[in-house]
Order: sequence, then C-alpha cells, then structure tokens
Amino acid sequence: MALFDFFKGKKEQREVPSPGVQGESPASDDQGRGILVFENTSEVIRAETLLKGQGWEIRVMGPPPEIRQGCDLVIEFPLIEQLNILRTLEGEGLPPLKTVPVTSPLLQPVDIFQVKDFGGYLMVRAANMKLTVDKKTNNIVNVSGGGCPDVPYLAASMVGRTLADAPSPREIGHTLCGYALQLAYEEIKRQCYV
Amino acid sequence: MLCVVGTVPTENFPLVEGEVKLIGDQLQIGTSTIAINRGTPALLAAAVKTADVLGQPSPYAYLVGDTGTGKGSRRLYVHLTEVLPQTSFQTITFHYLQPLIPWHKRLQNAIGAMTHRPRPIADAGYMYMAKMSGAAADYDLFTPDVGELAFLADEEAPHPFYTRGFILHEDNRVPDLITRAYKHRNAARYLLIKGEKDHLADASGILESIDSPMEEALEAIGGTGDTLTGLVSVLIDGGMAINEAAVAAMRTNRLAGRYARPTPATQVIDIIGHIPQAYRDLFGTG
Repeated sequence: MALFDFFKGKKEQREVPSPGVQGESPASDDQGRGILVFENTSEVIRAETLLKGQGWEIRVMGPPPEIRQGCDLVIEFPLIEQLNILRTLEGEGLPPLKTVPVTSPLLQPVDIFQVKDFGGYLMVRAANMKLTVDKKTNNIVNVSGGGCPDVPYLAASMVGRTLADAPSPREIGHTLCGYALQLAYEEIKRQCYV
Repeated sequence: MLCVVGTVPTENFPLVEGEVKLIGDQLQIGTSTIAINRGTPALLAAAVKTADVLGQPSPYAYLVGDTGTGKGSRRLYVHLTEVLPQTSFQTITFHYLQPLIPWHKRLQNAIGAMTHRPRPIADAGYMYMAKMSGAAADYDLFTPDVGELAFLADEEAPHPFYTRGFILHEDNRVPDLITRAYKHRNAARYLLIKGEKDHLADASGILESIDSPMEEALEAIGGTGDTLTGLVSVLIDGGMAINEAAVAAMRTNRLAGRYARPTPATQVIDIIGHIPQAYRDLFGTG
C-alpha cells in the first residue's frame, strides 16, 4: 500500500477534526522504531514504494525538529529490521543519508479535504493546495496555493489536461506541496468518478 | 528599488538578475524571456504593471529555474549571500523558493550586512522557511492565504502539509488564527491574508477587511495571491505605509479580478492586464 493509498483509507475521516496530537501513529507506541532520512522527497517516495511493495511495515511521516531541513519527509520503520531494510534499499541504489532512532512523536501529514462546488467546476483543497476541474469535461482548469517551486511547474504540466491524461503530482512533483496536490488530485478524482 | 527573489518553473532556466520588463505577454530579464503564469512570473508581471502606473522603476529580480528539486534555489541562495551585502534595495520580496532552513540564517546575515535595512516581505516557500526558522518577526509583511495562516498559527508545523487538523478547521475563525500566530511569534509585523475576504492584521488583530468586489471564482485561480504580493510590494517600495499599501493592493487586486469577469477556469494573465485600470479607477494615479 503506497502513501496515497494510506491517505485514501484516512479519507473516510475527512471533515472530521483529527485529535490534535500529531505522531500518534499505531507504531509510535513501540519503542523500537527508527527513521530513514533521504536526500529529497522524491527519494522518499521511491523508497516507500519499494519497501511497501516488499511488505515492510513502514510509514511516511514528518521529520523530528533536530534533523529538519525544510521541505521533507522521512520513513518510519521497525528498528529490528534495520539491516534487512538497508540491504533492500542499497540493492536498489537508494541508500538513505542516515538512520536515526525515533525519540519523540513524528509529525503526521494533513488528512482533511475541503470541497467547494462552483456549479460547473469543482475545487478540492488539501492543506495549502487547491485543484479545480470542469465537472462536465474533467479538465483541470486551475491549480492554486502552495509555495514550493514545483507548484508552478505542476500547474503548467496539469492545467488544460483531463484528470485521466494529466501526469499525477506524484509522478513529477518533488516537494510537500506536490504531495498535498496529489492528495487533492486523488480526492477530486474520487469525487468526479463516483 | 524593489527586489524580487524567486524561481521560474523550468529546470534549465539560468540564474539571472536584472531589471524586469514586460514585452507583450512575456517577461524579459537580460536576454531571457519568461512566460507569465502563476508563481514568481505572475508576481513580477503585476509588479511591473503597477510600477508603470505609478511611474516607479521596474523591479529588479534574482531568478533561477527550479521545478522542485531545490537545486536552483540552492544556487540562488549561494549567489544572494555573496551579492546582497553590496546592494541598496529598499524592499526585498522573497517568493517561490525551496524552503532550506540552513540557508535562511545565511541570507539574514547577508541582509544584515547591507548598508540600509530593506523592508523584507515573504510569501510562498520563503515565508514557510522564515516561520520554520523562528524568524518570522524579522519580516515586515507576510502574505498568506487562509490555509497558510493556519500553518502560521500551528506552532508545531514546519510546513502547511503538517498543519494539525484541529487548527485547519479553524479557517472560518481567522481572528483566532491570527492571535495564535502572533502568540507564538510566527507572524511578520503585518499579515496580509488573502481569501474570500482579504484581511490586514498585526499583533493587535484585524486592522482592515476588504470583501468587495466579491468574485468567488478568484479563490480557484492560481496566481491571484502572487499578483497581490506584487502589488503590495511595489506600493510599499514607492513609500506608502505598509498598512495603506496593503489596503490599496487588496482593493486593486479584487477590482482587477472583477474586470476580468472570472470563472474558475480563468488564468491569472487575464487578470494582470486589468491591474492598471483597476488602480487608476480606485486612486486616479496616471
């Protein structure tokens, strides 16, 4: 199950405020968790897909303050599996920059969507990103919000194309804003295809 | 003079600096041309149009290509730390840049080495970085939308992607979010909050709200926040007090939006063209 499948599962809770405490992942009660730190968000996505595809129990989370660079994600994993996981990643040319034990709660990505119906158009907002489509044609007509530099790039790549034809933010985005847009993209597809 | 720092969404766009001109529907800086779309190009186009109406010099920009890998932003940060101390900009607006916390302090030092302190304005990724770095209070103006205001209000969140749900749900209670942002020192001296209603706020709360003309479709149009940041930057650089400039910018941006007769499918370039007329109709200059 990839990150966005994970979010899909969480969508059942949309419009419901989360409990207000971040990092309350099922795994955070365990003592033996570590985090894998990568060079950039794109590597995190690749590593996540690889590890989940092989059945490892991992989660994509926000980094703790002491290793925060700015626009980043980390992978939380069971420390007891460290050697096996590192071997898997190295085998695929994806070695992490470092591995750190989890010592404090990790940040959890946003899981709330806001939907606005303009009549002929539907807009979905996830965190700071908004995606708008023409309801009749499923054409993506606008992307707004965000602040990382892949947002204008994503907008230029997606606007004017249909939901079916446009590249997904996951494929071409690199940042947390790109992640947020992916969530909006998945939610709007769910809304338009139901 | 106004300085704008940002990115162009093309990976191979070179690092360039210079005065920005508007030639037809393209921006020109040195020998490079840039299509006007959302992001820093929209901010610059709005700024050039506004400066033209006011008879002010066009903005000076530092730009680099970056599609989200952060490579371009890093190169730009390196360049800025070298050149900014020798400059004398009155106002510097930082925009779509990759948030890379270690660079923020270095740039703050470079700005501190300038002969005169410029008025720093931050929007988009650089605003995220300023907040993450705990240096929000060093800025004169942030220009968040309501979602980004929730991020500023969440003292735990290093990026809007991690804004906690119970805070995100407060977006109908803008005054509470403002209070919380200032309480934790995560807001600039002024906040210009872009949304269905635009607000100007400071540590005492909302100073002014503008909700007319109302065009609901503007919320969906990418780049309308960028044009507002461009407008307010030029007005501040022209000598207007920040609170007056913010109100004038909010009113102008909304009226330009109205003139474009927008739908959610309207593109920001169709609004930018109406900025001069909107400004003249409101304030008579030019």
